[in-house]
Amino acid sequence: MADKVLVKGNEALGEAAIKAGCRFFFGYPITPQTELSEYLAKRFPKVGGTFLQAESEVAAINMVLGAASAGARVMTSSSSPGISLKSEGISYIAGSDLPAVIVNIQRGGPGLGGIQPSQADYFQATKGGGHGDYRLIVLAPNSVQEIVSLTFDAFDLADLYRMPVMILGDGMLGQMMEPVEFPEHSDRVLPEKTWATDTTQGKRKKNIVNSLYIKPDVLEKIVLDRYARYAEVEAKEARAETYLTDDADIIITAYGATSRISRNAVDALRASGIKAGLLRPITLWPFPKAEYQRLAKTAKAFLTVEMSMGQMIEDVKLSIDCSRPVHFCGRTGGMIPTPGEIEAKAREIAASL
Amino acid sequence: MKTVFEHPKALSDVLMHYCPGCTHGIAHRLVAEVLDELGVCGNTVGVAPVGCAVFAYNYFECDMIEAAHGRAPAVATGVKRVLPNSVVFTYQGDGDLAAIGTAETVHAATRGENITVIFINNTNYGMTGGQMAPTTLPGQVTTTTPYGRDVKANGHPIRVCEMLATLSGTAYAERVALNNVKNVMAAKRAIKKAFEYQIAGKGFSIVELLSTCPTNWGLAPTDAMKWLEENMLPYYPLGVYKDIGGDK
Repeated sequence: MADKVLVKGNEALGEAAIKAGCRFFFGYPITPQTELSEYLAKRFPKVGGTFLQAESEVAAINMVLGAASAGARVMTSSSSPGISLKSEGISYIAGSDLPAVIVNIQRGGPGLGGIQPSQADYFQATKGGGHGDYRLIVLAPNSVQEIVSLTFDAFDLADLYRMPVMILGDGMLGQMMEPVEFPEHSDRVLPEKTWATDTTQGKRKKNIVNSLYIKPDVLEKIVLDRYARYAEVEAKEARAETYLTDDADIIITAYGATSRISRNAVDALRASGIKAGLLRPITLWPFPKAEYQRLAKTAKAFLTVEMSMGQMIEDVKLSIDCSRPVHFCGRTGGMIPTPGEIEAKAREIAASL
Repeated sequence: MKTVFEHPKALSDVLMHYCPGCTHGIAHRLVAEVLDELGVCGNTVGVAPVGCAVFAYNYFECDMIEAAHGRAPAVATGVKRVLPNSVVFTYQGDGDLAAIGTAETVHAATRGENITVIFINNTNYGMTGGQMAPTTLPGQVTTTTPYGRDVKANGHPIRVCEMLATLSGTAYAERVALNNVKNVMAAKRAIKKAFEYQIAGKGFSIVELLSTCPTNWGLAPTDAMKWLEENMLPYYPLGVYKDIGGDK
């Protein structure tokens, strides 16, 4: 087993990317993810990697598109306003069936917003952001150690399903330091990139990477085929973690940093006799609907906790078909909900049951 | 019997969608001839733009990528960084390269990105039906400058080669025209030189091809050639604007 080292979330992500075989990074500085770029700028030259600071987020994501087309494992990272700029390119990457890893260390919005932690890009990450029918696999780590393991998964899932994968963190996870270990990354069995535009060398017919299909019936067929792949991802890759949910009356549900705060609230509630549990989605798309449906059979109410005005709550309600009341507790703009606030809301719900 | 003229191997044997009299066909052929003569088609990745040449990915026999509007130099950068020993080119129009993609163009050049840009300047957005481009001449009528381009309201046309020649990363920048046989021959020499510079690792190379758009200019193909000569050549003088030459 590897030794534990104390490291920042952003830097852990960079090191995990290297361990996962990523050697190309294109990015643009923005708070609060800059440490990731800086880390790779320092480390990549030592491992034969290419770090390139692009002229814009728009250029960076299109460099990612080019590198992915050429068959490389490639990553870019940004924070909320930068992800908006990258959204055009993300749509093209999805529409061209290319694997790529995009990191969003979220900050407060809309507009320039703020630089403190936020989860207000949930809609953007899971429902689109760019134009057209497409999906991203969205992974939501809640610790520095999980940043490492999910970064490994991100590259594998991108290659396996030929689609962009987003690691959705927040300023808190990016900045926090925790002891982690870096295990060696072992690939899943992944398909060969026979589609890559890595030059024919006169040995095969030319490959084309493209998202343009001018005939509507052809485009529809391409999108339907892609959605068949998405259905496979939904069936196989949805992940969640539960804590004290078996006998819980109230299921608190949160992802990323807010799930850590919510867990503290669950412990406090349990200590005072309220049967609370925690359901933490690890994949935000595919959303772990089955876990919600399973717990809706035994729980009396759900409480969604987010650093936003309430975005994931819609997926919670949809997953359980509104069969139980779904309450909300959240702060936004970079404000972080306290365990006390979550506890108070849960007590209110408990009193009404 | 000696073959003196044949279909370039690097040019796909398919029907092109370009309008009658449009010079895109000539430009495509020249690029393909150069890829054949340099023997690099099998080691080349081309990047198509958004605009009239959007389907260029169907017309070249090398691996091709279709980029978002204006982003071809960024896409080409990504490819070239992964495959530094390959030949990478973009094929872009004036709206793509000098309006929506100005930043990508300028920064690929200033980085000295070792790619070749084939730039078609026909003074309008052809694909969308003839709107004002960054290269539309003062006074020129387009569908969005129906009373002629008023530089006070719409700004001045951009001279791309002159602009890029000021950047240290640009190794080679030449403007040529496709309006007569002599100029077409010169255009091919320029394209070949640009690719040779890339193969030699000299940095960013661009060839601007003054081209005609008979359909949107509302002119017969031969009149369009004449219009190019009389109106474009004075504003966009032909010539080499940057050539680092030597063994650098």
